[in-house]
Amino acid sequence: MRPLTEEETRVMFEKIAKYIGENLQLLVDRPDGTYCFRLHNDRVYYVSEKIMKLAANISGDKLVSLGTCFGKFTKTHKFRLHITALDYLAPYAKYKVWIKPGAEQSFLYGNHVLKSGLGRITENTSQYQGVVVYSMADIPLGFGVAAKSTQDCRKVDPMAIVVFHQADVGEYVRHEETLT
Amino acid sequence: MGRKLDPTKKEKRGPGRKARKQKGAETELARFLPAVSDENSKRLSSRARKRAAKRRLGSAEAPKTNKSPEAKPLPGKLPKGAVQTAGKKGPQSLFNAAQGKKRPAPSSDEEEEEEDSEEDDVVNHGDLWGSEDDADMVDDYGADSNSEDEEEGEELLPIERAAQKQKVREAAAGVQWSEEETEDEEEVTPESGPSKEEEADGGLQINVDEEPFVLPPAGEMEQDAQAPDLQRVHKRIQDIVGILRDFGAQREEGRSRSEYLNRLKRDLATYYSYGDFLLGKLMDLFPLSELVEFLEANEVPRPITLRTNTLKTRRRDLAQALINRGVNLDPLGKWSKTGLVVYDSSVPIGATPEYLAGHYMLQGASSMLPVMALAPQEHERILDMCCAPGGKTSYMAQLMKNTGVILANDANAERLKSVVGNLHRLGVTNTVISHYDGRQFPKVVGGFDRVLLDAPCSGTGVISKDPAVKTNKDEKDILRCAHLQKELLLSAIDSVNATSKTGGYLVYCTCSIMVEENEWVVEYALKKRNVRLVPTGLDFGQEGFTRFRERRFHPSLRNARRFYPHTHNMDGFFIAKFKKFSNSIPQSQTGNSETATPTNVDLPQVIPKSENSSQPAKKAKGAAKTKQQLQKQQRPKKASFQKPNGTSKGADSELSTIPSVRKTQASSRFQDSSQPAGKAEGIRESKVTGKLKQRSPKLQSSKKVAFLKQNAPPKGTDTETPAVLSPSKTQATLKPKEHHHPLGRGKGVEKQQLPEQPFKKAAFQKQNDTPEGPQPPTVSPISSSRPPPAKRKKSQSRGNGQLLLS
Repeated sequence: MRPLTEEETRVMFEKIAKYIGENLQLLVDRPDGTYCFRLHNDRVYYVSEKIMKLAANISGDKLVSLGTCFGKFTKTHKFRLHITALDYLAPYAKYKVWIKPGAEQSFLYGNHVLKSGLGRITENTSQYQGVVVYSMADIPLGFGVAAKSTQDCRKVDPMAIVVFHQADVGEYVRHEETLT
Repeated sequence: MGRKLDPTKKEKRGPGRKARKQKGAETELARFLPAVSDENSKRLSSRARKRAAKRRLGSAEAPKTNKSPEAKPLPGKLPKGAVQTAGKKGPQSLFNAAQGKKRPAPSSDEEEEEEDSEEDDVVNHGDLWGSEDDADMVDDYGADSNSEDEEEGEELLPIERAAQKQKVREAAAGVQWSEEETEDEEEVTPESGPSKEEEADGGLQINVDEEPFVLPPAGEMEQDAQAPDLQRVHKRIQDIVGILRDFGAQREEGRSRSEYLNRLKRDLATYYSYGDFLLGKLMDLFPLSELVEFLEANEVPRPITLRTNTLKTRRRDLAQALINRGVNLDPLGKWSKTGLVVYDSSVPIGATPEYLAGHYMLQGASSMLPVMALAPQEHERILDMCCAPGGKTSYMAQLMKNTGVILANDANAERLKSVVGNLHRLGVTNTVISHYDGRQFPKVVGGFDRVLLDAPCSGTGVISKDPAVKTNKDEKDILRCAHLQKELLLSAIDSVNATSKTGGYLVYCTCSIMVEENEWVVEYALKKRNVRLVPTGLDFGQEGFTRFRERRFHPSLRNARRFYPHTHNMDGFFIAKFKKFSNSIPQSQTGNSETATPTNVDLPQVIPKSENSSQPAKKAKGAAKTKQQLQKQQRPKKASFQKPNGTSKGADSELSTIPSVRKTQASSRFQDSSQPAGKAEGIRESKVTGKLKQRSPKLQSSKKVAFLKQNAPPKGTDTETPAVLSPSKTQATLKPKEHHHPLGRGKGVEKQQLPEQPFKKAAFQKQNDTPEGPQPPTVSPISSSRPPPAKRKKSQSRGNGQLLLS
């Protein structure tokens, strides 16, 4: 377990900022304690300092996880955000997409969101903007990238993809092994 | 051995379309196709086949007295497809049909009729058979496929005739249809068939005449082993249980109770598919009526329950959302504020969007109880030693509202993945997950406020989830589990910080109902550590046992709770809550742990007193006396080993005469124990003290001196050295003892004592520079048998002591 280097921090913050923008500051400066990011086995964990102190007693090969895992660095040092970070992206998300009940299942299986399944979308979403996907009951289901800007979404035909799928909560069941 | 109807193999019966559907040529024809070698491999015509079948049947019919009308035409049908000598379904159904008890009279007439019709009209037969087959659930597809196609289309009248005949038959036979069906499905062998008849009659008779149940002789057991008739076995179980309930009145003369019990045990094992060992254990655990209920409850799964994740939602909102999805649920009970029980569901309950969003967790009702008993508070440090799959850990986190820290540990790497997944899904952020063997705590990290130990066990309480437990557990498995559980429990106790402001609690739970894994392990922990059992806070559940067969447990075990599937409708469980009241580890003298614990508490006050005064040692007396007794018992065990704290023991042996001394020694001993690892020393110490007792006070005093010397370098030979406050309190305590000794004993003793001192001094306390020279020679022979008190941290002691001994 070690702190992130400058480079790694930059890469990661860039990725996260795609979804929550400048609210990123709220992740770091929290009123209820100091939180930090730590790297362990190529995965980035977001954890409060108190917990980190306890985890420091555990030897590296026996430590499995601490706090919340945000994602991992790939072999080529790109940062991949995991679904486990959703709890921190959802409250601070700047651009949101709501999908209809019928399209929930399809999204939870890993498919992209089509225009026919689109319920609502935040105004002035630009193309390729990071978005967080919600159900109509405001339950966060995952996140993705907007394939079309809000304007284009209105014009396009029902079978066109409007949101590229990146991560959804169905992965807790489908890809349990990749979480660790 | 199964006892239930196999629904996948159920034949479709009745006049419906599905009953006539073929499963497939291979499966159907397999019943009728001949073994390769049969009378002649040439294909027979349909008529020829019928004739052949009749010929065969003619020979086979002799033993059968009662044949149902359906049976008669069937043999004719059989040969069509192919000749089958041991036709599984066909002849058997014939036999079965033959056993239709109340058929004989009406059927014989009809048989004759049908025989005639058979001769006459194949076509008619085909219709008859077709319809009868429907009724009989035996589909002779080889024959039917031809006949039905031809005949049904052509003639309706024969069918109508057949239908009428059937109606008449039915009226005559009454309820026999159902009997036949059950017979067919159970595939009863001919052998047991007649017995079933008897049984039914016997059953009826019993209801009417109170005919006594006859315990079958031993010979019959083999018969049953070949082809267990489950209905018969079940009936016998009920009979025997009834008899045993009122044994005096209903017993059969000449048969002992144990014979009945053995028979019952065998029958239960057959009927419920249990191994002998486990069934024997269960018979010890439950009275007979409860036993049958327990076994029955294990055949049925417990209701599905789930726990609301209060970090993300409320139970009311979740219930509403799930009901909207089509789940039928209810709150779990007034003892749980977050539990819901699911009766049925139109959607998979483990895959709803609410589940994936982490609003609830599927968890057994009994698994919620240990966390409720532990009651973790906010901002505490908690250890969960065996956490997979993470249900209890997440419950603790939600009770703590994501404050504090939880260390979730498990020894199984595969199952840890599910822990990670579950904790992330449920939004738990205050957890660290590690992959240690639980026994490595507290070395890795200790000092927790609370610890939860859900120990790996034999799983005898969750047989309904895993039926393999019925047969694959035996004595070795249970003892191995118990051993592991004891080790884990001691590690867990050592990881708790007794001086925690808000905590100091440990909950030990298993999903097993065996006494070896529950009360025994708890008893072991009570003896070995400074813990006591406290009420769990659960107001339902059966109390733990305080005695079981030949064993006796501590009375506080009544605070533990047991849960059973048949009484509480949740998985079998055992929960015990400990409070640790001291961080020190008692020296394990057998039986002394209990006395040790009070002295531990008393130590701080004892030591200063002993220094100053002549050691009132009133408190120590009790401890001393027990120790004395122990020492006496251990007298023969003189080993020439050298304990690091040997002197203290030596002093102890003297305590018989000087209670105060003993007390200080006891305290010293305990202090010593707190310093290095305790147990082995304790044992050795006790042994040493035993030996010492033998000898004489002088030796003891010398031991004391030696011990004192260990601790207090400046001690003189006479041990008259003032109570120099050495770093260790024990030294101080010992010194005054020494003082007393000489005073009490007199010179001679003193002299004898002294030689020991020098020897010890020489060995261990070079620093002391005590004038020991003159004395050693006199004492050496005496001291030979006594293990010299080893200086605590010097390895020389052993060598020196041995030298001196020799």
